[in-house]
Amino acid sequence: MSTSISMRRVYVWQLPVRLYHWINALCILVLAATGYLIGNPFALQNSAEAYLGYWFGTVRFIHFAFAFLFFFNFVYRIYFGFVGNRFAKWGNFIPHKKEQFAEMLQVLKIDILQTAQAPLKAIGHNSLAGVTYFITFLIFLFQSITGFGMYAAMSNSWFPSLFAWIVPLMGGDAYVRVWHHLMMWFFIIFAMIHVYLVFYHDYVEGRGTISSMGGGWKFIEKERLEKDVTH
Amino acid sequence: MSEHLPTMWEEIRARGYSRRDFLKFCAWTAAFLGLESSGIGQIVHAMETKTRLPVIWLHGQECTCCSESFIRTSHPIVGDIILDHISLDYTETLQAASGFQAEKCLHDTMTKYKGKYILCFEGSIPTGNDGVYCCIAGKTMESILEETAADAKAIIAWGNCATYGCIQAAKPNPTEAKPVQKLISGKPIINVPGCPPIAEVMAGTILYMLTFDRIPALDGQGRPKTFYSRRVHDTCYRRPNYDAGLFVETFDDENAKKGYCLYKVGCRGPVTYNSCAIMKWNNGVSYPIQSGHGCLGCSELNFWDNGPFYQHLASFPGFGIESTADDIGIAIGVATATGIAAHAVSTNIRKRKLVKKEVDVSRIKNIEKEGGNQDA
Repeated sequence: MSTSISMRRVYVWQLPVRLYHWINALCILVLAATGYLIGNPFALQNSAEAYLGYWFGTVRFIHFAFAFLFFFNFVYRIYFGFVGNRFAKWGNFIPHKKEQFAEMLQVLKIDILQTAQAPLKAIGHNSLAGVTYFITFLIFLFQSITGFGMYAAMSNSWFPSLFAWIVPLMGGDAYVRVWHHLMMWFFIIFAMIHVYLVFYHDYVEGRGTISSMGGGWKFIEKERLEKDVTH
Repeated sequence: MSEHLPTMWEEIRARGYSRRDFLKFCAWTAAFLGLESSGIGQIVHAMETKTRLPVIWLHGQECTCCSESFIRTSHPIVGDIILDHISLDYTETLQAASGFQAEKCLHDTMTKYKGKYILCFEGSIPTGNDGVYCCIAGKTMESILEETAADAKAIIAWGNCATYGCIQAAKPNPTEAKPVQKLISGKPIINVPGCPPIAEVMAGTILYMLTFDRIPALDGQGRPKTFYSRRVHDTCYRRPNYDAGLFVETFDDENAKKGYCLYKVGCRGPVTYNSCAIMKWNNGVSYPIQSGHGCLGCSELNFWDNGPFYQHLASFPGFGIESTADDIGIAIGVATATGIAAHAVSTNIRKRKLVKKEVDVSRIKNIEKEGGNQDA
């Protein structure tokens, strides 16, 4: 890194992206917690009669309610990938240029091998992060389809029944349930790595990665901005 | 046909049943089929005008529990008329004929009622080693099925074997057993899964076809909607315990005595589509959950491989017998946390110089600018 660093503010994450991010984070937190409970309910040893309680029903209700929020928030993000600014566009998530693949390699070198490298060019998502988020989008889709597929059996609404086809395709509710449950762990592990890497990049690069998801601004080296304004 | 074939009503009458018994039977059938009250009239009319429904009932790789279940339907007319008298032109277990005579019976029915007979198939069909694991009269079950299915009006696949392969098709499936729907196409197939299916469900399915001369409404997996559209869980009398979060933890605990929900000891009710909780078994006496044992999911695909039966989450294929999705998730989670910790430590060692330099530089710059963070 050059000795004279001069940073400039860049507005990267627009409000819809930030809102999406935090709603999504909340949904995943709630869905994973309630989902885990649905799979492993508490052991209560009491003498209550069934009509006196409904806590498990409430846990399930919260899970289903947040599932709807999660899904429509996700649909909104898909839409915003077409109309948002250049950092929000779909091109960031699906690598299709040579330089994106080169950058993925560079990120791996910086993050895992921790070798000295030229600073990352990317202002928004780096290519590796973009691909990772694309994989999470696919898993969002998988969780939505399997979740609503299972929910369809206990709902008269037309919306969940749109996903009912997944159940026979996967060989019955038992299989759908196991996969839906396993993918919860993907979210938990993704969240661990994601949060760590945000702190890591913020610390190493000093670009304000953490706060960027709050206010939308990042701090980018002036030189970097002047060299390549088109990216 | 020149010969006079007796109608169903005439056959029933000949067996010594009164008109009253007959009408009760029709009302009973309508109730099980979930028909509206006008349906009773339709059944009475059908019974009075229709002749016997020719049925060929084949047994592949199976334990005969489907037949055993069927002969225990709660209404005697079903057993007497449908099974003994009316329909079965050929069935290995119950027919009087044997050897060449039995084979002749089969071929007579197939030629006489070409395109009209119903083929009921009980059991799975082994396809490994050219099908040697199940042969009758020198023919493999697969070729017998193909031959009889070719001119059948419709096929009823009895039980989990004929629908999904059941235990014969469970891993490692040594005989390469397959269900009917994997081998036959282009014919209407009605899947009536269960190990065995409930007697009334079997009787209801046949009686529906007899009465209305058409296939009952089927769901996406070819099962009659009347009987398989709801989960055992949704119709279970222990369901309030589930919603209240009252669960049996072990089979010998206080909660089990109180009849709490069996969800945590592996009940498959929430993933099983069947009528057990409504119709129950043995003339409505009980069903597994009522007897204190979780549902095994016997009407679902691969239920033998979705074990262990007494734990909620199935073990995950490829990760050892007892490892569930949670075990795998926790193992990966711990590995990830360890990796993160190691990475954080190494970051602080390897990037220390770099970060220190940047901190120094920015400090100098800020002093130069006199705390100026005013960006142009």
